[in-house]
Amino acid sequence: MVETVKQAAASAQGAPYLRIANVVKKFGDTTAVDGVDLDIRKNEIFALLGSSGCGKSTLLRMLAGMERPTSGKIILDGEDITALAPYDRPINMMFQSYALFPHMSVADNIAFGLKQDKMPKGEIDARVAEMLDLVQMRKYANRKPYQLSGGQQQRVALARSLAKRPKLLLLDEPLGALDKKLRQQTQLELVNTLEQVGVTCIMVTHDQEEAMTMATRIGIMSEGQLLQIGSPAEIYDYPNCRFTAEFIGDTNMFAGPVVVDEPDSVEIDAPELGSRIHIDHGITGPKGMQVWASIRPEDVHLDVVPQPAGPNVARGQVHDIAYLGSFSVYHVKLASGKVVKSMVAANHWHENSITPPTWGDTVYVSWRPDMPVVLTR
Amino acid sequence: MNMSRLMRKLKPGKGAVIAVPFFWLLLFFLVPFFIVLKISFAEQDLAIPPFTSLLQIEDGVLQSLSLYFGNFHFIFTDGLYAATYLSSLKVAFFTTVMCLLLGYPIAYAIARADPARRNVLLMLVMLPFWTSFLLRVYAWMGLLNETGLINNFLMSIGLISEPLHLFHNDFSLYLVMVYAYLPFMILPLFSHLVKMDMRLLEAAADLGAGPIKAFLTITLPLSKNGIIAGSMMVFIPAVGEFVIPELVGGTDTLMIGKVLWNEFFDNNNWPMASAVAIIMVLMLIVPIALLHRYETRELEGKGNA
Repeated sequence: MVETVKQAAASAQGAPYLRIANVVKKFGDTTAVDGVDLDIRKNEIFALLGSSGCGKSTLLRMLAGMERPTSGKIILDGEDITALAPYDRPINMMFQSYALFPHMSVADNIAFGLKQDKMPKGEIDARVAEMLDLVQMRKYANRKPYQLSGGQQQRVALARSLAKRPKLLLLDEPLGALDKKLRQQTQLELVNTLEQVGVTCIMVTHDQEEAMTMATRIGIMSEGQLLQIGSPAEIYDYPNCRFTAEFIGDTNMFAGPVVVDEPDSVEIDAPELGSRIHIDHGITGPKGMQVWASIRPEDVHLDVVPQPAGPNVARGQVHDIAYLGSFSVYHVKLASGKVVKSMVAANHWHENSITPPTWGDTVYVSWRPDMPVVLTR
Repeated sequence: MNMSRLMRKLKPGKGAVIAVPFFWLLLFFLVPFFIVLKISFAEQDLAIPPFTSLLQIEDGVLQSLSLYFGNFHFIFTDGLYAATYLSSLKVAFFTTVMCLLLGYPIAYAIARADPARRNVLLMLVMLPFWTSFLLRVYAWMGLLNETGLINNFLMSIGLISEPLHLFHNDFSLYLVMVYAYLPFMILPLFSHLVKMDMRLLEAAADLGAGPIKAFLTITLPLSKNGIIAGSMMVFIPAVGEFVIPELVGGTDTLMIGKVLWNEFFDNNNWPMASAVAIIMVLMLIVPIALLHRYETRELEGKGNA
């Protein structure tokens, strides 16, 4: 009773459901996770995104209890679980490539966790049936895992990890073992199931599309550190560092010093561009500071007619064209050798009655002054 | 099209590859088996070879075929043979159980050891094979004897005043049997345990199973085939074992291998020895065949579910 009141009070104050506080994990001399702080809200789907070896899987394994943090604390729903064994945690995990028990039927796989809790048989049967319905696998209850397709195995693994109604669900590369077509379909299916159950979920993935589609918030990890946390849109539109800008989506990056620093505008001298980059808002930083400007390919205009020289404009030759159906990506090589990518809608040329430029043609790239994002690290 | 033509071209070669082990088994297993089977239906005779011929052939014409069932009749009516078979099965059974109880933890430890150390450990398991089997049994005799190393040592440190009776009894029999057959249990168990997916144990722990529960519900059932393979590798040769019961077993240890030896060399009764051997082979083949059928049916059952 006291516990409940305390918890209610805590959630009223907006305390996080899961708190990862300054967690460090070292393997010998290498630091896999380097001081991660992260708060997760209840019923949130959070994606840890990063390339392989960035520490995201180690962080997940520490949440599951399969690794013990070198230092730091993990607090779930007001309880410090840092030192708890995996089998004592109210956390379940869906493993990469599923780790279904090959000698047990689908139903026995799902019932396994419930049996460990000594749940009465009737209740187990009811819960297993409920889980089978949830993932639409009732017909396959008596099959063995090897008789199922990859997509079906994934659904059984999900049902098994949800069966105990965990306080926290961990997904390790949940769709990594599926082929691309099936993956896209399953992403939304999985999110629907998770929302239906209403479970707090942390997933680990290296696939940005998967993270953007499924997660309410994303944490970008690199070299054991969380670089940026935010909603998919925040991270795409306002990356806070070069790694995030380049990791999420595609971008054109120019380095250079700040040469004009006004309260409502700045200019960056970008040698690779051959002109200045003009930005219509101020930044916090002194003149002469080395910064980077990131411009998304969809924000880069491509013109075949000469443009007046000035900031945010450069001349180049079409170096490559990637035709992607509804749009094409033009790779334009500037005088400096730098290649700028510009995304052009398929109907753009036709609508403006322009002959599309082809390999070797001289073209002009430009962008609006509100498009570049200035990065300081 | 090209593929099937290729397959047809390969076929003769494939046949040749299979023919080699097939021919080997035919020549050194099936033919000798039928010779022994033939002798088991003959009568002892004072001749060379010392048994009667089944076929009476005169002028190149088969006159008569005489099968003598007396050997089998004697085996089934004389209680000593039944007792010996039972005793052999008992010794083989307990040897197998002890090898399993001892071998499983060893195989488990090797399978879970650091891969760099694993080969060294495996080598240690196989190391005894570098010495002749007979020499190793003699070595045990030297250890267990009343004036052997163990008794001498225990008496010299004053722990005992009378030599312990370690030799020529069930203790020495089982000790040396388990010693000799243990590697045959460890190796198949190891090969099953080492290829087990360790993430399954992580998944079991994640779902709330402690280490013991995870072992009983995941590791043990998944190593079932290794247990069966290892047990067969121990049980089958142990039933017919002759050297160990002869050299270190008690005088009252009844083993079928010993009976075989007696019939063949002491009584010079080849037909009787053959009949004893045939029944032993049948006794071993029938359960193996049944087990095999059960396993096939289980596999098929999986397919139908």
